[in-house]
Amino acid sequence: MIRCEALSFAYGNRPVFERFSWEVRRGEVWAILGPSGCGKSTLLLLAAALLRPQRGAVWIDGRRWTHPRPRTGLILQEYGLLPWATVAENVALGLRIRRFYGPDGRHAPRDRPRPADIERRVAYWLERLEIAHLADAYPAHLSGGQRQRAAIARTFVLDPDLLLMDEPFSALDAPTREALQTLTLDLCAERGVTVVLVTHTIEEAAFVGQRILLLGEPPNREAQIVDNPHPPVAAYRRHPDYQRMVVRLRSALEERRAA
Amino acid sequence: MRREPRAMGRAALVLLALWEGAALLLRLPLLPPPHLVLQVLVRELPRSLGGHVLASLYRVVASIALAVLTASPLGLVLGQSRRLDRLFSPFVYLLYPVPKVVFVPIVLLFLGVGDAAKIAVIYAILFFQVLVLVRDSAAAIRPELILSVRSLGAGRRALFRFVYLPASLPAILTAVRQSIGTAIAVLYIAELFATQRGLGYYIYLQGSTLFDYPAMYAGIVAMSLLGLGLYFAVDALESRLCRWLND
Repeated sequence: MIRCEALSFAYGNRPVFERFSWEVRRGEVWAILGPSGCGKSTLLLLAAALLRPQRGAVWIDGRRWTHPRPRTGLILQEYGLLPWATVAENVALGLRIRRFYGPDGRHAPRDRPRPADIERRVAYWLERLEIAHLADAYPAHLSGGQRQRAAIARTFVLDPDLLLMDEPFSALDAPTREALQTLTLDLCAERGVTVVLVTHTIEEAAFVGQRILLLGEPPNREAQIVDNPHPPVAAYRRHPDYQRMVVRLRSALEERRAA
Repeated sequence: MRREPRAMGRAALVLLALWEGAALLLRLPLLPPPHLVLQVLVRELPRSLGGHVLASLYRVVASIALAVLTASPLGLVLGQSRRLDRLFSPFVYLLYPVPKVVFVPIVLLFLGVGDAAKIAVIYAILFFQVLVLVRDSAAAIRPELILSVRSLGAGRRALFRFVYLPASLPAILTAVRQSIGTAIAVLYIAELFATQRGLGYYIYLQGSTLFDYPAMYAGIVAMSLLGLGLYFAVDALESRLCRWLND
């Protein structure tokens, strides 16, 4: 699904990735874990084709994209919703943009007709995310968790097969965060969506990531991968395997820092 | 600013009472009491004063409309593109503080004595006000928002339609509201020159030539009401167009 090949990227003369290679297969659920400034958000934006590598290539679904791929969803930590649009309008935004351009193969998939049933699809996803009662509210009047539910609904209404998330739950309190982690994973599993979640929280990486990519002080040259196969259910948080994984990730991060 | 109708009515009554009291106390021809001024206003509006109000209204609205229609697209473009902004903002900074009112006589020479010259002077001032406000509002849009909307498939055109334009609407309306005050002040100056129509001319004529002070005050009140009416119009527009800012 995602293949980074000898990818190099730098901000000015500060290299973040140097000949970095990494692969995500269809249906996998990844977490990218690392300290601030390690390049994890950069990697996500490269995968979203919102940044372009200076050398090497990023292949998504067998293609090198020069503009965001229509079936890739992106959810950021905050400020992703239009403040002047209601929840329903925000959820409909992607479909509106597609109708605005028509199926041109660039901004919207060519093989799908212009979305005609926007309202029905929006209503369905508002219901699934349990925010139907907030349809006419503006983002400023929502809690952080409700805002992220709206962001998730907005992404799923476009029927993505790849979901990229950058610290989507970091600003939330623990019960809200855990509920949304489970809900998002359930939705992705149900629809066969490939997931890449960027986080700086070890516990989140251990719970969400079936595979975990560790990044350290840039430049990153090699992908350090920790496999973490487990059932993605809330009860896993109380399992000794989970505790062991947290400890293991912590020492791996500390090792990287010391190195 | 609070704009509750009842509070504003009360404030208007207090101001009228203060004016009435001052007129009663001073007993000067230069300060006629408001009830007299309002009588003149009501009597003169259907006659000559009404025509002057319409002439001034046209000039103010035309210059504001022209300024908004030309300066907001430019402000949006400069707010979106750091490169263009770097190129143009030195010009904006140099030209913005130049007192354009002093060019009234020169503009008259170029554009003649008609409405065009007066509209052009007001426009030249409003243009920069609107440009700066809209540019700053477009530049203040969070990069996360742009990234999110781009990830939904938006290119330049859709970003303009779905992000930059709605994001700048409040700034545009604020710019219009600010423009009203400026436009009316400049209007007075502009109407002192080479015209026999407009409230500026009317006020000057009544006060300095005919020494008809109640009529002069009627002109001043008419000019204030003109501004107030435009203010209300912008408020109404804002509460319709910018619903997310309500409450």
